[in-house]
Amino acid sequence: MSPRPPGADLPEHPDRLWNAAEPKSSYDVVIVGGGGHGLATAYYLAKNHGITNVAVLERGWLAGGNMARNTTIIRSNYLWDESAGIYEHALKLWEGLEDELDYPLLFSQRGVLNLAHSLQDVRDSVRRVEANRLNGVDAEWLDPRQVKEVCPIVEISPDVRYPVMGATFQPRAGIAKHDYVAWGFARAAAALGVEFIENCEVTGLRVSDGRVTGVETTRGSIAAGRVALCAAGHTSVVAATAGIDLPLQSHPLQALVSELLEPVHPTVVMSNAVHVYVSQAHKGELVMGAGIDAANSYRQRGAFHIIEQQMAAALELFPIFARAHVLRTWGGVVDVTPDASPIVGLSPVDGLYLNCGWGTGGFKATPGVGWCFAHTVAHDEPHPLAAPFSLDRFVTGALVDEHGAAAVAH
Amino acid sequence: MLLIPCPWCGPREEAEFHYGGQAHVAYPEDPAALSDEEWARYLFFRDNPKGVFAERWSHSAGCRRWFNALRDTATNQIHGVYRVGEPRPVAS
Repeated sequence: MSPRPPGADLPEHPDRLWNAAEPKSSYDVVIVGGGGHGLATAYYLAKNHGITNVAVLERGWLAGGNMARNTTIIRSNYLWDESAGIYEHALKLWEGLEDELDYPLLFSQRGVLNLAHSLQDVRDSVRRVEANRLNGVDAEWLDPRQVKEVCPIVEISPDVRYPVMGATFQPRAGIAKHDYVAWGFARAAAALGVEFIENCEVTGLRVSDGRVTGVETTRGSIAAGRVALCAAGHTSVVAATAGIDLPLQSHPLQALVSELLEPVHPTVVMSNAVHVYVSQAHKGELVMGAGIDAANSYRQRGAFHIIEQQMAAALELFPIFARAHVLRTWGGVVDVTPDASPIVGLSPVDGLYLNCGWGTGGFKATPGVGWCFAHTVAHDEPHPLAAPFSLDRFVTGALVDEHGAAAVAH
Repeated sequence: MLLIPCPWCGPREEAEFHYGGQAHVAYPEDPAALSDEEWARYLFFRDNPKGVFAERWSHSAGCRRWFNALRDTATNQIHGVYRVGEPRPVAS
């Protein structure tokens, strides 16, 4: 009897969470970008608004861009009322999302510490705690000893270059498994009739008499009643095909993971001053994010000196990491606005809607922006929580300046 | 990390430089005459091409001079550098 070839006895492929679709000639709504925001928007369009003739176009594979590259931190402790509104809405949705999608997301509310390293940091942080509380966002100010109680591996010696002088703590913050989030939204949206078309790059927006009529893609023309942009770092490129300039700059943002380690890090720690943010994934990797590379680029990789600075910062905060090995580094392309707040809402072209400028912090907003953006697309007017993030704020001057506020690292 | 050819010092590592964003953005001649839209455009809107981009760099850890570069943001290849006041070269 001849030997069985390898793989001959493997089990059948499990049921697919969604089926890849062939593009139809037209849809009521086309969503450009199959990342977390695009998938969540599609889901809530179908679920909340009954709009199911929807296609999500993705130039690569579903959730293979920034949705696969972020550091999965979820929090809502932003300074300004407008930000607290949309991020807290997102956090409340996160808290019920596993039930809503009937899918495990490994959502873990392990809290986030935002460290303060200078007197100005302390003042800004305390102010932000008070602002958070007024907005119904859970927040506490912790002294260094309390920081050590929450996260025993943090170095709180006063004899380092950037000593820990305290931290804000949001207990309801945490992490989730980013891939599961994408799969959960995709599965739920597919069950409601949404179609996903991968390897389908949008090369142009079709506009007639000031109204969008469809998209040109690498898989042919597709007519659309409405087009919703969820293209993150490539939004400028897509919008330019309709003659729309946006106040966005695209930069690489890097992150890395260590090898798998025993559980040592019980929470999420972020530090703006030394610029690193760290958590430990369920599987055991230490997950660390850096700041953006300074120069504009669409390359999904960044410069090594950024990683070096990030590791130096991590080591000062966590001397225990000295012997850990870096397993993998990567980069994604993020679109940054002048005020470090997103642009969500209407565009100069009728039927074309903008969701961009989330910069380094889009993951945490995924369900919240899906909810608000779907409302915006369905009603052709901004959801109240998205209204402050209009494109025209750069003309009126009503900026939402999260650059100037503490906790700008995402 | 980029290897950036400073027009004064020659090729040096990116870590020696400071980025200055889009080049050739002139301060408005009569700012008070601008509409809100025009002022917003000057203040907040910059080109963000996936392709050749004229941008400013300062060799802050070297000669400390500003200069311009033509760099392709899709590949990071630098097509050329030129001194402040010189016209933008044609990208090769």
